[in-house]
Amino acid sequence: MTPILEVRNVVKQYGDYTALNNVSLKVPKGSIYGLLGPNGAGKTSLIRIINQITMPDKGEILLGGEKLSQKHISEIGYMPEERGLYKSMKVGEQALYLAQLKGLSKKEAKAQLDYWFERLEIQGWWNKKIQELSKGMAQKIQFVVTVLHKPKLLIFDEPFSGFDPVNANLIKDEILNLRDNGTTIIFSTHRMESVEEMCDDIALIHESNKLIEGPLHDVKKQYRSNTFEVGIAPANIEQFFAHMSLNTRYVSTKANFKTLDDELKLQITLPQGTTPRELLSYLVQQGDVTYFVEKIPSVNDIFIQTVSKK
Amino acid sequence: MSLSLIIRREFTAKVRNKSFIVMTFLSPLLMVGMAVLIGYLTSVNKDEATKIAIHDEAGLLKSDLKNSEETTYTDLSGLPLAVAKKQAAENYEGLVYIPKSIGVKDLATKVDYISSDSPDIDIVDDIETAINDKLTKNNLKELGFDYDKIEKAKTKSDVHLSTFSGVETFKEASLLKIIVGGGCGYLIMMFIIIYGNMVMRSVIEEKTNRIIEIIISSVKPFKLMMGKIIGTSMAGILQFIIWTILGLVLFFVLGSIFNVQMGAPTQPMAGEASKQAMEGVQLYIAELWKLPLLSIFFGFIVYFIGGYFLYSSIYAAIGAAVDSETDSQQFLLPIILPLMLGVYVGFFTVIDDPHGTVATVFSMIPLTSPIVMLMRIPFGVPLWQLIVSVVILFGTFFFVVWFASKIYRIGILMYGKKPTYKEIFKWLKY
Repeated sequence: MTPILEVRNVVKQYGDYTALNNVSLKVPKGSIYGLLGPNGAGKTSLIRIINQITMPDKGEILLGGEKLSQKHISEIGYMPEERGLYKSMKVGEQALYLAQLKGLSKKEAKAQLDYWFERLEIQGWWNKKIQELSKGMAQKIQFVVTVLHKPKLLIFDEPFSGFDPVNANLIKDEILNLRDNGTTIIFSTHRMESVEEMCDDIALIHESNKLIEGPLHDVKKQYRSNTFEVGIAPANIEQFFAHMSLNTRYVSTKANFKTLDDELKLQITLPQGTTPRELLSYLVQQGDVTYFVEKIPSVNDIFIQTVSKK
Repeated sequence: MSLSLIIRREFTAKVRNKSFIVMTFLSPLLMVGMAVLIGYLTSVNKDEATKIAIHDEAGLLKSDLKNSEETTYTDLSGLPLAVAKKQAAENYEGLVYIPKSIGVKDLATKVDYISSDSPDIDIVDDIETAINDKLTKNNLKELGFDYDKIEKAKTKSDVHLSTFSGVETFKEASLLKIIVGGGCGYLIMMFIIIYGNMVMRSVIEEKTNRIIEIIISSVKPFKLMMGKIIGTSMAGILQFIIWTILGLVLFFVLGSIFNVQMGAPTQPMAGEASKQAMEGVQLYIAELWKLPLLSIFFGFIVYFIGGYFLYSSIYAAIGAAVDSETDSQQFLLPIILPLMLGVYVGFFTVIDDPHGTVATVFSMIPLTSPIVMLMRIPFGVPLWQLIVSVVILFGTFFFVVWFASKIYRIGILMYGKKPTYKEIFKWLKY
């Protein structure tokens, strides 16, 4: 699939500090793309460049195959991590203003607003000022303002921070819905559970460099460690361990997962050249196997592993 | 398209603000009220005549110190000096002491004025004038002149004033021009400070609200800054136009009141005095109409726009550089200084000589020209000077806006630290 957004060899420096060092990314159309990285990795710098808030020192950005320019502003929706609206402006006026700045006509903006206000059941807020709303309410408005102009590409910087669980869920459903309707979504976050849940592709930026990129599934495969979680009920536990250390090269550690019985729970890593089948057939000879699952690395594991390796 | 959107938003945000409405309609009232109050307080202050004691045993001077509305002199020569001093210290403002032994000629150097606090200059002047008169008379007499004849020979002239264009005028017209010009210059300074501050506050507001990042992902920071400056200036111009209209209305109302009274049958006695006063007022009003009012009005608009744009782009850059209004103080001083300089230079040099070198130069320097030139306009300024001054002003404006927008662009995304001049200078190179 052709990427909707392509970042090519982007370098950004602030004085002596390099915020982005030759970063290249490809964001596939219609995916939810997780842009991961610890604080200060350069995520926000990259997002600001994509939004044309700042210019890259080197490299280029392509949106839909074209070099990024002023006309693409209306095709991108951006919700920054630090959110805000005019406190003393009325909700409706403010949303209209921001939509018009994105290039919508007043009529279109009004129609879109009506649609979203109805969808999120906030019709009554039109004439309220932001300062009269609660934080959660203001964030709903913030979301509406971001998606109002039907952008092809949506960029959320830490989208769920500050949302209560109910609103976070609501927004999550809306994001998935937008994706299903063809919008591409970039998530910048260090909240791994939401990445695991929602992202189709990920990229990891650390200390100004891109370290990992690809479909989440592929990245996980790449990071698999040939480790299996095993539940077994051997006749004699001591004999079982003695036999295993004498006759095999399997390394086992205690594991922690939930099962119904009181069996022995282990995490066993396959040495080079052995297959899961060999492990399983060995185990079956030693006792009743109640649990046998490959341990899939979580995004969190991958994140920590990559970041701390550096 | 987006620029006009921003301008409209900024304009409505300013105009709808309660303080704008209050300022626009209340401050002219306050100004008038202040003027009345100050006038009243001054008259109250001068209500009682100052009491001065004299100790002049030889009688050299006491007959020459005449009582007036402001001062009354009391002769304490009959008392011994020590007693008179004590009395004067308790009950009088001061004591004029003329030693008994001196001759008339010594009056010039030997007279003492003793008072408890530093003396009122008018009183000292009074005494010195009396001494001078006395000595002059004395000298003339010695030289053989008849003082009374000299007095009679003195004449009082009254030069008839008019301009080459044939308009009659009167001496006090200059005073009127100073008041009008000075008022306009002062007003422009106030406008620049008030509206420049508004721009700064609005930038800081967007920064602290954190809406700034959303907006500049839609429009270029430069556009946002310009939109803000233009929108706010329009609110300022609107306010000025409202004030002008209010002023004109007040003017016509006052004018018609005076005219009506003039037409009414004259009452005896008091009528005569008030008639004179009213003729004075009429003369002033007539003279006011003769001022280049249109030039002043348009001069105000042009110089307000130029000066305001120049300064408010600096204000915008400062607003972008800091996180809160309290942090802005250190950067504001360099803005206030040239404005103050403009007002003081204007008040001192323009009044002295409206077309002098200093006044002319300061009406060309863009940081002071809006104020100083406006003070000069009522006196009539050659067209070429106006053109040069406006061209320099707007040329500088473009340069400063470019400069400010660079600071603005970087500053609005910087949070959490108070920048130094050095750091801001570094931003210019990003």
